[in-house]
Parts: sequence; structure tokens; C-alpha cells
Amino acid sequence: MLRQQFGDKIDRAEVSCGDTIVYVRKSVLIAVMRWLKESPDQDYQYLADITAVEYRDGERPLEIVYELFSLQKLTQLRVKVELDKARALALPSVVSLWKGANWLEREVYDMFGVQFENHPDLRRILMWETYAEGHPLRKDFPLRGRFSRSEQVRQALNANPEAHYSMEELSIAEAYVDLPPEMRDRLARGERGRIPDPGDE
Amino acid sequence: MGLNDPKAPTEPKSTVVSQVSPNWVTTRLDFLVNWARSNSLWPMPFGTACCAIEFMATAASRFDLARFGMERMSFSPRQADVLICAGRLPFKLSPVIRRIYDQMPQPKWVISMGACASTGGIFDNYAMVQGIDTVVPVDVYVPGCPPRPEGLLYGILLLQKKVRGESLADRSIRDEQLLNEGGMRLPPDVVDELSEPFGNSIHQTRSA
Repeated sequence: MLRQQFGDKIDRAEVSCGDTIVYVRKSVLIAVMRWLKESPDQDYQYLADITAVEYRDGERPLEIVYELFSLQKLTQLRVKVELDKARALALPSVVSLWKGANWLEREVYDMFGVQFENHPDLRRILMWETYAEGHPLRKDFPLRGRFSRSEQVRQALNANPEAHYSMEELSIAEAYVDLPPEMRDRLARGERGRIPDPGDE
Repeated sequence: MGLNDPKAPTEPKSTVVSQVSPNWVTTRLDFLVNWARSNSLWPMPFGTACCAIEFMATAASRFDLARFGMERMSFSPRQADVLICAGRLPFKLSPVIRRIYDQMPQPKWVISMGACASTGGIFDNYAMVQGIDTVVPVDVYVPGCPPRPEGLLYGILLLQKKVRGESLADRSIRDEQLLNEGGMRLPPDVVDELSEPFGNSIHQTRSA
């Protein structure tokens, strides 16, 4: 039940309630995650979810939860990081390990206000870009929001619906005219691009 | 059928009658035009959530919508007559539905299908519009969560009755209702009043 075969013994606690949960400190998060992903006998190559928990008891810290799954061994692992609410909520980003963490961390930022360092594109994902009322899933956020209903409607109607595209996606759309002509012809004919051979980079 | 100038001071709305006083010809013409419009309402299904499934069920074979003239669901607002908002509307989607409504040409009507579209439903929170009538003008509200197909059909029949009661002489009903300078459709106190919780919600413990 207790999986103490971690190479790093800098973990703080280890609890199992039917699931295996490991509490990790923020300072060693990236190292532990990298070890979990890349070490051949761990092989947690699938990041299922990143979420956060704020308990009703105000003294418990904010927990960021990473759900990992190993496709080879078919086992799940939950890694939790505790963040003290009195200090700034910041964590290193795991986007370098799992690309799927991009949107998952954006959701945690949007809902809880946790800043992820080295995240390529940290902005709101569920609420609109210019949402100014705060971070909705915190316990000190009122259910109906901080502004009056009329103010919420006014801000929502004046928000730009196209503003949620990333700069990369917008630049691709604008760069169409700069593409080489044979590529434009291929795209115009409906070709989607060639499937790279295994020998390519 | 012109645009309401939002910056002009609005005088009290009076029925603008045409030059010719209503007579047998205009009545018959009204009847013909309204009969044609009511029996060929092309819906723009703005289905967001569970009510969209019930809308699809209403359009399917058992509760056929085609027999009411709604054979062709137009997914382009430019070719639609009635915008059926089926499902809850988040604040993030409200400029989208406003833009879709503005893109529809006159004559146009709006059916608000379901509790969430009418009043916000069970989602009285930070993210959901408490009734699409704060964003677009609504003609028929269909209650239910989701409304039975028969309920939606009753709403559509009510809309047909409303369409048949219109008159070509009254040109003001076909005016575009645009947003005002602040970008709102209704004054703020009206929006606040429409969004107030009601019924059981006020007896339950909520924050703010």
C-alpha cells in the first residue's frame, strides 16, 4: 500500500485511502514529476488532471492535485502540493513534461488564482479574458459574483468574443499571405500537409 | 421599419398607422402575410445545453416540428425567423447570442426555451445569465427543465398566435431593438430586478 520506492525522500507525507496519494513540497515538484514520468519503472506518462482544493476549514492550505496514470502498469497516482494561503500562490509549471498541462493549469489559474511559473500562455480559460471579479472557486468568492447583475451583464456584453485566441493562433491566420505559394496552393486544394516519416525529426 | 436611433430622446411609443386607414384590403393582406409568416417560421436553434436535446426530440419524428413549418433548421442567422435559445447561457456567450440576434433580418422573434434561458434556472451563480431577456428581447418563454416536447410545441403555437395578431400598419414592431450606448439592452435597475432570485432560492442558504 505505501509506495516508498521513491528515489527522493524529500516528500512530506504519504497517505492512501484506496488511492495512492503523495504529498510533495513545491521546491521538489518538478524533480519528482520528472522522475515519475521518465524513470522506466514509474512511467507515468499520462497526466489525467490538474485541479485544486480549498477546504472550508480556512486553516488548511490550498492543495493542488495532479492525477497521474501509468499506461504501462495501469496504475493511478495522485500527487498533491500544499500551498500556504498566506503567501503568494505560485507553482512551477509542468508543461515542459506534459503538454496537456497547458490548459489544465490555465483552468487552475482562472478558478483559484495560482500562478504557474514558466507557463507559456497563462491567461483565463473558463471566464472571459477581462474578467475582473476575481477567482471564482475560492471560498471567499460569493456564489453570485462580486458585481451586481447589471454590471456583470454590461461587462459580458462588452467583452470581445474573439479575444480568447492565443497570439500563436492569430498569427497563423494573419501569416497565410506570407506562406510560400506552393504551400498556399496545397492548402487551397484541401491538402492537410504530409504525415512525417519516422525518420524525420 | 427603421432602426431605433439609440441617441435620440425616446418619446412615448405610439402606434404609427399607415396613410390608408385600415379596411378590408389591409385586413386581408395582414391575414395573408401573417399566415405565411407563422406557418413557415424557420428556427435558428441556439442550443447550448440539455434543452437542445429536447429540441432535437421535438424536431424528430414523434413530435414532428416539420408539420408546423419548421422543417428547415437554419443554422445561419441570416436566413432564420425565430431564434430558439435552448439551454443555459453563460455570460461568456452573451455577446455571441446578441451578435446572432442582430444578424437576423426582420421579421424575427425569440423563443426562450427552458428555465435556464428564461430566468437562469438552477444556475444562480457568477457565470450564468439570469434570463436571456437581459440580452435579447424575448417573445415567448417556455418553462420546463427541460420542457416536454409538447411544452415546446405549445410555446411555438403561442408564437404563431402572436405572429397572426400582428399588423403591417404598425411599423414600430419591426424596428430593430439595438443596444444602448452602454452596451446594454435594459436599464441596470431593470436587469437587477429581473435577475433577483425568486421562489425557493430565497429560502435557501446562499452566500451573497
